[in-house]
Amino acid sequence: MSENLIVPTMAEMLAQGKQPEVLFWVGCAGSFDDRAKKITKAFVRILNSANVSFAVLGTEESCTGDPAKRAGNEFLFQMQAMMNIEVLKGYETKKIVTACPHCFNTLKNEYPELGGEFEVLHHTEYLKSLLNNGRLTIEGGQFKGKKITFHDPCYLGRANKVYEAPRNLIEKLDAELVEMKRSKSNGLCCGAGGAQMFKDAEKGNKEINIERTDDALETSPDIIATGCPFCNTMMTDGIKHKEKEAEVKVMDIAELIANAQDL
Amino acid sequence: MSYLDNILFAIVLIIGFGYFISNIKKIYRNINLGIDVNRKDNPKERWKNMAMIALGQSKMVKRPIAGILHIIVYVGFIIINIELLEIIIDGLFGTHRIFASLGAVYNFLIASFEILALLVIVSVTVFWIRRNIIRLKRFANPDLKGFPKNDANYILYFETILMFLFLFMNASDLHLQNIPGGYSHFIKAGSFPVSQFLAPLFDGVNSNAVAMLYDIFWWLHIVGILLFMNYLYFSKHLHILLAFPNTYFANLNPLGEFDNLEAVTKEVKLMMDPNADPFAAPAAAEGEAPAKFGSSDIQDLNWVQLLNAYTCTECGRCTSVCPANITGKKLSPRKIMMDTRDRMEEVGRNIDANKGVFVPDNKSLLNDYISPEELWACTSCNACVEECPVNISPLSIIMDMRRYLVMEQSAAPAALNSMMTNVENNGAPWPYNQQDRLNWKNEI
Repeated sequence: MSENLIVPTMAEMLAQGKQPEVLFWVGCAGSFDDRAKKITKAFVRILNSANVSFAVLGTEESCTGDPAKRAGNEFLFQMQAMMNIEVLKGYETKKIVTACPHCFNTLKNEYPELGGEFEVLHHTEYLKSLLNNGRLTIEGGQFKGKKITFHDPCYLGRANKVYEAPRNLIEKLDAELVEMKRSKSNGLCCGAGGAQMFKDAEKGNKEINIERTDDALETSPDIIATGCPFCNTMMTDGIKHKEKEAEVKVMDIAELIANAQDL
Repeated sequence: MSYLDNILFAIVLIIGFGYFISNIKKIYRNINLGIDVNRKDNPKERWKNMAMIALGQSKMVKRPIAGILHIIVYVGFIIINIELLEIIIDGLFGTHRIFASLGAVYNFLIASFEILALLVIVSVTVFWIRRNIIRLKRFANPDLKGFPKNDANYILYFETILMFLFLFMNASDLHLQNIPGGYSHFIKAGSFPVSQFLAPLFDGVNSNAVAMLYDIFWWLHIVGILLFMNYLYFSKHLHILLAFPNTYFANLNPLGEFDNLEAVTKEVKLMMDPNADPFAAPAAAEGEAPAKFGSSDIQDLNWVQLLNAYTCTECGRCTSVCPANITGKKLSPRKIMMDTRDRMEEVGRNIDANKGVFVPDNKSLLNDYISPEELWACTSCNACVEECPVNISPLSIIMDMRRYLVMEQSAAPAALNSMMTNVENNGAPWPYNQQDRLNWKNEI
């Protein structure tokens, strides 16, 4: 135990007769992937420092079903969805925030028809709202003057048209935001979506994440920022492949903000 | 004698439109081979999309060179067609430039048509150069091997020839108008900013011969237009008509939202109902066949997906932004649309040959046209959908076919099967225990 993260579960909240402002949907990557767990913690540190009353489902959380659905297994998706909806409704959940665009998209767009109507926000949107309400202040700190390029996750950008929230946050860091030649609605996929994360790519002449890493490196950034644990993995692998780990870091927006605040 | 011309013209017109309408009916029938999907909601938004995207070409100009040239050809096509009205009336009633009495307005109209015709010729020439000399990647792509490549060039040739016929028709008319003392029924009418430069070609030619040439140009022009109209059915060029319904009926939901299969919802609800009797006989099917999950052939796709296939003009913008295609994979979203149309037309011919009933031919869209390798290369990133200038969704077809592969054939790649087994057993795509989900909290 090195730090004191305050991470109450919905069950604990309920036992105390409390309802949090927002439920933090951690997601599978955020729970189990070593790199993504750092993003999860960074986000929690921000929530803690902003005194946000939130809770997680903990061991009651289960995969949203997104990878199953994109792979074509509608049965498995809907079973996961209905189980999750039961749990979420059991806690009278109103508002959900998640750091994973895939969870975000599925919860926001595909759960309502199956009976799960919640207000769902991506963590960049949520952080932006904290900023707007004055509950969070961002100062440049260590990122002042650094070149940061933002890779748009497909399920945040094209899929849900969230392009500005992450960029607004980067600009708050007093960093220089540089756009790749393919960005926003023209952004190139990192190669992980549609359940590709869990399989080898089909035969081709290049890996998609390398193609995308080339886009990012063209802007000669200090940091490649993402808002998705899977994009993070793909871009990190791309940077390793290019042997650029020493010069270029791949970081989630939540990590940028947490680091800037020395959290 | 002169009546013979008019009757002949009427017959040509009837044949031209008759054949066209009979083919449009076939398209309508083929599109209706698809399953139903409700796209009648939110008409306001739909009209807006049609006005902006089809009529206003808002997505075309994302690529400015092709976009602006396309708008010129498109505006030319629409405006010059106003002239068709005059041509048809003249042809049916034996008149000559019936609208000439509009005076200055008429002169303005004819002048605009001429300038547009010239601009169309220039644009079409640039298009031809892009396809055949510069060979832009999306036009040199193997998807277009054979007829599709020729089809694209035929359209350009057709348009060029029609524009030249129009200009030569005017030039010969102008020449006759300028004969001192007048010639026959060639009254002074119109303003000819472009064809005035062609008119001198007729200097020194016998006036009767020029009048005959005028008739030839006039006839070739109108017959050419009718031929072109009837060529649409066989061509990628159908988009000039179908872009409008296609943008109207396109999906309005966020691109990330994939439909939830209703048939699956029923089954899952039953499965999760604690009061359901697991040994109960399946509910008597009320005349309905058991649902097929996903799509293996065009009859399993919905009618909007089939309309998409007829609308696709094979421009290849989708393929040029597809991450799988960019990195050398077999998947090409454009080919998905072309295959869907080819299969739909094959099924249509089968129905025509068998008195209106489809006789199974042991073929299907899946495997015979689209391979699983293509389907599994998709990252579902929606770049193709975003890019399409007329809101076609190749992704929805890919997803429906993946559903068939997984739910009807259990034919997912092995790695995806283990991912799904993990989700099923421990609620995560990796083999971690659900009980460990909060361990990160206490890890350093």
